[in-house]
Amino acid sequence: MTRSLLDLFPSLVRRDRASLTATLIAPPIALAVAILLNLLLSVAIDRDPATVLHAMLLEPFLSWASFSEVLLKTGPLLLIAQGLAIGFRARVFNIGAEGQFVLGAIFASAIPVWFPQATGGWIWPSMLLLGAVGGALWASIAAFWRVRLNANEILVSLMLSLVAIQFLYFLLLGPWKDPNGFNFPQSVLFQYDAMVPTLIPGTRVNVSLLLAFAASLAAWVFMQKSFMGYTLQVGGMAPRAARYAGFSEGRAIWLSLLIGGFAAGLAGAAEVAGPLGQLQRSIPTGYGYAAIIVAYLGALHPLGIIVSSLVMAVIYIGGDNAMVSANLPIAVVRVFQGVLLLSYLIAVSFVRYRLAWPTATRNPT
Amino acid sequence: MNAIEFILAGMLAAATPFLLAALGEMVVERAGVLNLGVEGLMALGAVIAFITVYHGGGHILGFLAAGAASALLSLVFAFVALGFRANQVATGLAIGILGQGLSALFGKSYESLTIKGLPKLAVPGLSEIPIVGGLFVQDMVVWLSLAATLAIWATFALTRVGLVLRAVGENPKAAHAIGYPVIAVRVAAIAFGGMMAGFAGAYAAAVYTPLWADGMIAGRGWIAIALVVFGTWLAGRIFLGACLFGAVSLMSLAAQATGLDLPSQLLSSLPYLVTIIVLGIISADRRLLKLNGVASLGEPFER
Repeated sequence: MTRSLLDLFPSLVRRDRASLTATLIAPPIALAVAILLNLLLSVAIDRDPATVLHAMLLEPFLSWASFSEVLLKTGPLLLIAQGLAIGFRARVFNIGAEGQFVLGAIFASAIPVWFPQATGGWIWPSMLLLGAVGGALWASIAAFWRVRLNANEILVSLMLSLVAIQFLYFLLLGPWKDPNGFNFPQSVLFQYDAMVPTLIPGTRVNVSLLLAFAASLAAWVFMQKSFMGYTLQVGGMAPRAARYAGFSEGRAIWLSLLIGGFAAGLAGAAEVAGPLGQLQRSIPTGYGYAAIIVAYLGALHPLGIIVSSLVMAVIYIGGDNAMVSANLPIAVVRVFQGVLLLSYLIAVSFVRYRLAWPTATRNPT
Repeated sequence: MNAIEFILAGMLAAATPFLLAALGEMVVERAGVLNLGVEGLMALGAVIAFITVYHGGGHILGFLAAGAASALLSLVFAFVALGFRANQVATGLAIGILGQGLSALFGKSYESLTIKGLPKLAVPGLSEIPIVGGLFVQDMVVWLSLAATLAIWATFALTRVGLVLRAVGENPKAAHAIGYPVIAVRVAAIAFGGMMAGFAGAYAAAVYTPLWADGMIAGRGWIAIALVVFGTWLAGRIFLGACLFGAVSLMSLAAQATGLDLPSQLLSSLPYLVTIIVLGIISADRRLLKLNGVASLGEPFER
């Protein structure tokens, strides 16, 4: 065999066992690399890197007001990512969380839009439940398409997201438009009882953050302790073994998509019943896509995802800050997200592989 | 001009972004690699072509720059997915997010500016035929895209290059054993796919709708990936699929022109709905996919 150009570079050699050290240090290293590249980008577009660094990474922690906004953003990211991660571990790639989030927001809004006069403590919990069901229903289309029609869930769930956004616009410009809203594409403002109670007085952080943490705990119990979670993981890691063991692939797909849709729908409901207080055109803000990155960055582990969702929330709030104080275009946040995931994917390959440097003694055979 | 004439005349131009991107992705998938970043690659190509043409570089330079930029970004995909054997789904998504981010960043100061498209060239004689004549009045890029479809078909049907690509995608270990450089072939296929996605984006932003708006690709990259499945990895069928989507995206305009009273959002989501439905119909035929599919798609190659 001839020597190829590739022999000049170090090659990846499979480790005997997965490296725990690499698992733990991959996310921080990826984050550091992404921050560094982000600063280089800031310099390239003529912004002061020190101001950018200060605005993006320090300011979110400097005042209680801005840290509470970080917590506010953590909620939906955490919820969606926990749901997605379960599917990703089973190798079911639901990338349509954005649409499931939108459907959750729409389903939840149905109560205050149709019953604006209703009062009572039952309203916001029913909205959250209805939203979660809406998200799960939307995801169930992708599940049906995959299980019964063999259609790729990545493409179907993504297309469903694009449809969901058009459906939202249809409602807001048509039947659900606030008649007294000066023609703005938004619904009526929700009544008091349709709002999730505030968790930390003086901030916008509401009870749904607790739900996100409860969901994290539930995800941990489900994936690490339950038999069902075990069958999902086996299906993801060793599909053939799962088949021999009689674990149903169809059930894994249904379960993964329903859980992902339920969580994303809940997050969407909490968004309209929380900080927004009405159904708006600006509901799809990319949480559904950012949560994919959050899930991976958290190593698809419920505990890791708690940390990575906080990190992603800081990036969002920091990006907003940097837009104001350093005049950094908001598109930089998306560039940052892309670079972060790429760096993580590189870093995480060292969990299973190590580098072997080419040596002079290595002769072609 | 009635609706049918309108759709026939515009179909090929509307189909071209789908066609170029899907042909590129088909070559990538034939080599055994799944690159889901097409949407981002198209968005990057679109903005680069728009900026180049806006500053007087002309369309040829615009397309070349777009092809080069997207090929470069797709090489980042190759570096991560092949170099580090990363999960190809996740890597593709990251490239998609990165490409769309870069597109928004570069395009920020060009929002809603316009440029000039390309003139249409008529085939003498054929373009005079009633009703279908419009099919033969197209710009240069459409004609070149048809030629590219033929060339890619011929490459797979007739040449050794096509055979090597398929060998690498079907059974990389065997291909490696008989001496083909698996990784190098895959990298080349990925770069080619990136370039084609760049051309597709360039056509969308600098010819088809020569106006810059962030997010203008609007899911067309994803539809292109679906088209590869519709076309069961065959150039001719991908061409037919692209024509279908060209026609569908024109139908919303035609429907509005005829005064059909449908919500515009329903018409806007028509291409996505058609994708979902057709994907269901084609995929339900498992034999068809097994027969034409790529055996080692998405699996990293390890010596």
